[in-house]
This record gives sequence, structure tokens and C-alpha cells, in this order.
Amino acid sequence: MSEATKSEYRGSIHQRQKELMMRWYERLAESAATGRPPAVSLMISGNCVELLEAFGMVPLSPEVNALQLAIRHQSLEPILAAEEMGYAADNCAYVKADIGCYIKGLTPTGGPLPKPALVLCNFVGCNTYVKWFEHVSMMTGSPLYMLDIPFLREEEPSHAAVEYVVRQLVELAAQLEKLSGVKFDPERFREAVRCSAEVEGLWSEIKHLSRRHPAPFDAYFDAITLMGPLYVYRASQEGVEFFRAALAEISAKVALKQGVYDEEKFRLVMEGPPPYPYFRTFRDMFAKWKATAVASTYSTVGGLWEFGFRHDPEKPFESVARHMLAQNVTNRNYLQRYEQIKRYVEEWEADGVIIHFVKSCRLFSAGQGDMRDYLTRTLGIPTLYIESDLEDPRYFSEAQIRNRIDAFFEGLEHAKATGKRQLEPMLAAGAASPLKVLG
Amino acid sequence: MRIAAGVDVGSTQTKAVLLSDNGGVSITARALVDTGANVRKAAEHAFHEVCKAAGIHASDVGFVVGTGYGRYNISFGHTQMTEISCHARGAHFVFPGTRTVIDMGGQDSKAIAVGADGEVLDFVMNDKCAAGTGRFLANAADVMAISLDEVGPLSLRGTKPVKITTVCTVFVESDILSYLAQGKKGEDILAGVHLAIARRTMSLARRVPLEPEITMTGGVARNIGMVKALEEVLGQPLKISPDAHFMGAIGAALFALEKMDQSFESTIWRPEHAADRGD
Repeated sequence: MSEATKSEYRGSIHQRQKELMMRWYERLAESAATGRPPAVSLMISGNCVELLEAFGMVPLSPEVNALQLAIRHQSLEPILAAEEMGYAADNCAYVKADIGCYIKGLTPTGGPLPKPALVLCNFVGCNTYVKWFEHVSMMTGSPLYMLDIPFLREEEPSHAAVEYVVRQLVELAAQLEKLSGVKFDPERFREAVRCSAEVEGLWSEIKHLSRRHPAPFDAYFDAITLMGPLYVYRASQEGVEFFRAALAEISAKVALKQGVYDEEKFRLVMEGPPPYPYFRTFRDMFAKWKATAVASTYSTVGGLWEFGFRHDPEKPFESVARHMLAQNVTNRNYLQRYEQIKRYVEEWEADGVIIHFVKSCRLFSAGQGDMRDYLTRTLGIPTLYIESDLEDPRYFSEAQIRNRIDAFFEGLEHAKATGKRQLEPMLAAGAASPLKVLG
Repeated sequence: MRIAAGVDVGSTQTKAVLLSDNGGVSITARALVDTGANVRKAAEHAFHEVCKAAGIHASDVGFVVGTGYGRYNISFGHTQMTEISCHARGAHFVFPGTRTVIDMGGQDSKAIAVGADGEVLDFVMNDKCAAGTGRFLANAADVMAISLDEVGPLSLRGTKPVKITTVCTVFVESDILSYLAQGKKGEDILAGVHLAIARRTMSLARRVPLEPEITMTGGVARNIGMVKALEEVLGQPLKISPDAHFMGAIGAALFALEKMDQSFESTIWRPEHAADRGD
């Protein structure tokens, strides 16, 4: 492949991100050596990192470790170790990679990871986490705190649901106080929440910049790079500074009309996580067609902020609860995800949608066949459905995936060249929300 | 007269077709070889055979488009298109009323919604599983110790199709062995196998609108039992060309012809692609 078929983010933000994440691993190594700062195992989806920040505790995210292993082509060994232990072939591969790491003593950087002071299961949308974190607690001997976040079945969480989560968070704060030896300081918590709100505003602005033609960055592949700082550093001044710099750099690209490629040929919306073991290969399959992702649902796993939600320093507990309940893609219902994708296609002016089905994640992926039907038939949006896995390299069939992607773009290219629409929608664009159509 | 070639390197067989344009486009020659382990050689062999069949030299061919899984291994090809676009284009050329293509090949089955120009509007394919493909039939033939050519006609003689509960190409063997052990007739077992594949294919194909006319392409279209089973499940007739197996290669040759003559309206292929893609 020539250079023209590859894409790399051109700028300094990715380098700064690497440095920031390396510092996070250094803090974790320090925690492993000295017990300070205390680490808390915490899942990414709808995380409550603000509360940890208030106690000076550092998050330890098993998914980040798992995906780091996968991207470095090191995920199969721990997956096989977990399977030997008895995990089934179709269990979540993130779980297996993480558990396998405990068995094998592996870490993504090779450096030590700490024994968590607390295994905090913020069960948001994914019930596999319950068993995963129970097992982590068992293997590490660390105490387990199980947050119960009701799944969002309506458009908004009920008052009772918010109250229910707030009470758990207050109880959790008391636990964190004991474990960290740091007294709960409402001002410090408020400051963490304020930082989050500022980061969320900056991140949202960045995501809205990809509405421009050309989009200045890839809101899937490049957004993933920015997701690490977003989840680990969101509630800190370091996070604010990083995202200020990111916004400035990306805004400068907009001013120069600089896109991901010399020419942006296609604009896409991506649904589902990427195949991390083949991240580069997968990205190049889109680069070949000069296709930029202008929006993605995966980049809203940790939080959905581009439609206006912010943490609120005036209501710190309540806004953390609302974020966990309703403002992250995994805890939202399917029809809301339909609506999210529909808005992306219309407002970010995309040519089509790519759905990446994750073989070992039934929770996130089940129903994506129906989603494809909704997008193609009801809305008339060209949509490609492909399957592999986010962590397990055994499910990635390069020739099959390349073939589907090439065929999808051949169709889009014909439609662009002739000005003809590929699919006729049953509904006019913007006519109705999927919640009303299907509800 | 312009001559263009399409070479379709499939998982099982490689097909080559020559098209000539002499005021009207017609198929000049076809060649079919087993793909085997050496994909590059299979492509060269098929191309050599098709030129020989037409009595021309390779240098007489103005443009070659490769398709199928082995398309990137065609050393003499000028560019590549996916077999999805090629089957749509080929089917539309042979049957201009085609609005849906059901293609069943060695390890792929797919349904393609086709536009008025033969362009791809939407498509679905089997994923990670060869159920509903030619391989499923080949395995069934192996277990029953008959040739692949026999399974279709034999299945039509079945009056009480057995129920094949597995959709797994590997486990279908044990299902068949178990029915044989029970003394079920071979034709009833094969009728059941064909019905199972037809249902499996249709559950996939219904993801596209399935508008008539529906043209069946790919090697499995030569199996009369499969055609009948699909028609039964679909409730409507399928268009079958004697060239069904060559449809991908025909489509590829049509794209090749377009490239040769820019006045022949070309919308999909543009010359900068080969360089851009680094193919």
C-alpha cells in the first residue's frame, strides 16, 4: 500500500495523549510500589471518576488495559489462559483478557499494576461486569463495592432512580473516605465536577468540529486516542489543559480547511467498538477510500456530551448520578441509540453508517441486525454490517471484512458519481424520532 | 473491436470471461479452472485458457478487471472490483430486469439489491459461517459418497424431506449419518439438506428488499435442486442463466470494457483509483 492509503493524525495531540497516559501508568506503578495513591478498579462506561478524584484516588480501568494489550497484539495469550481456566469461548473477550492477565501476571506496559484498594463495579448497561468484577475482587482479595445503576428504559431517568443512585454514591463516598484515609471535602468534589464540566464542554466542541467539511479529525479512530484522557483525567486540571490544547489544535485545522486526507471522499458514522487487535489494518481499509468518520457511538461509551449534558458543580452527586444513568451510550436503550445515529447522519452530514458487530459482546451488539434494517429501510441510509471482535484476534477475517468494505464504497461511489440515491427511505429525513416510529 | 476480460478468482474455482465490443457487447469466451492452492497461477491459467478459447493473444485484451477473493493476486490485471459489484453488474447485463441477485458460491452466499443501472444499492452476506453455501452441499455429497453434480437432481426425487436441524457445515455430516443409520432414503435426506440451505439463505436475503426480478448467480445456481428449493421458499421464480457461474467474471469484464472506452458511460471506475489505492 502506498502512503496515500494510510491515515495518521497530523498534529501534536496524539503525542501529548501518549505522555499523559504514560504518566497514568507511572502513577499506577507508584501505587503498586507504595500503596499511594490508592487505586480503584472502575469500568469506563458512565464512570464516576469525579468521586475518586475528590479523594486523590487513581482509576484502574480493566478495559483500557485490555484494549492496550489488544492493540499491541498481546491479547490472545491471556484470553487463552482464561479459557483454560474455564471461561467459555463466547464470554466477553475483555473479561478474558483481563482475567488472563491476573493469571499470567501480564500488564500492557510490562510495569506493575497495583492491587486495587477497592473494586468498584459501576454496573452501567453491561451485566457481564458484575461477574467480572466479582472475579477480580476474588483474585486480588480487594473489597468489592457494587453500584446498582438501573437501566434506562424511558427517555429520562425517574426521580426515584436518580435518588437511588445518589444514595449509593453517598454511601460509596463514606467507603472511599475510609479506604483512602482522606476526609471527604465537598469543595474538592465540586472542583472535580467543575473540571469534568469544562472538559465535557471542550470535548463537545471538538466533536462538533467534525461537522465541518472536511472534518478536521476522525471522530472514530482519532477520537479513540482522546478517550483515554477523557476517562482518566476528566475530573482534573490536567484533563482541562489537555482538552484546551486539543480544541486549539483541531480548531486550527478547521481554519486551514485541513481534513484527515488531502481530499475527503466519504463521511461515515461508526457504530460499535473497533477491532483493536487489527486497529491499524481496519483503519487503513477506510483510508484507502479516503473515508472519514465524522461521528461514532463508541466515543460516547464513557459519556454522551455532544447533545448538551454536563456535570453540574452545583449538584455534584445528582449530576454524577444522571451521567451514570442516562448520559452514556451503554446504559441507554436501543431506540435512543437509533436516534443518536440518526442525528449524527443528519446533522454531521454523513454518507453512510458502518456497524461493527462485536462477537463476544452480546450486550452491546445484540439487535444490530434490526438497527441495520431501521437505518437502511426506514431511513434509507446506506449501512454496512461487519463482524469481528474488539479484543479477540481469532474473529477477524481480513479478506472478508476488506471485501465488504470495498463493496460498500463501490456502491457509495457510484451513488456519488451519478447523484442517485441508493436507498429510498420510508420516512423523510427528520420526520420522526425512532422512539415515536417504533415505540 | 475492443476486447476486455474479467477474471473472478473464487475460493473454489476461477472463472475468466472475454467480452468483445463491436457495436454491441457480447461474450466471446469463457474458461473455468479449479483455484487450488496457488491463486496467482489459477488466475493466469484461467486467463490463458480464455484467450486460447477465443483464439486470441493475451496482448489483444485491452483491459482486465479482477474480482473474487483472489483479485489482488492477479498479476496481469489492471484493477479490481469486489465480486458484489461484479455479480450485480453481470446479472443486470444478462437479465436487465434484475433487481435482486442471490449469489451462492463456494463459501459465500449473498443477496444484493440492484439498481436500474446494475449498481449495488445494498447487500448482505453470510459472516463467519459457511452454512448456506456451496461448501455445505459439498460436505453433504461427500458423506453420501456421491458427486456434487448428483445432489441436486437426486434431491428433487425426495418426497419426504428430512428435517436438518443444524446450520453448521461441519455438523451437518453427523445429521446425515444419523439419518442414513435410521434408513432414510438418500433423496429425502438431500431434499432436507437443500431446504435447510434455502431457508438459511432466505433468512439472510430478507435483509434486503428482495424485489423481482431475482437472478441467482454463482456456482450453486447450476444445482437444480437448490434452485427449486429457493423458489419454493421464496414463492417466486428465479432467473437462471447458463452463465450463472460466470456472472462475477462477466461483471468484471463489463467494468473492464467501460474503462477502455470512456464514451461508454463509466461511473464507478475512475483512473486515479489504482494509484490512490496502491492496489
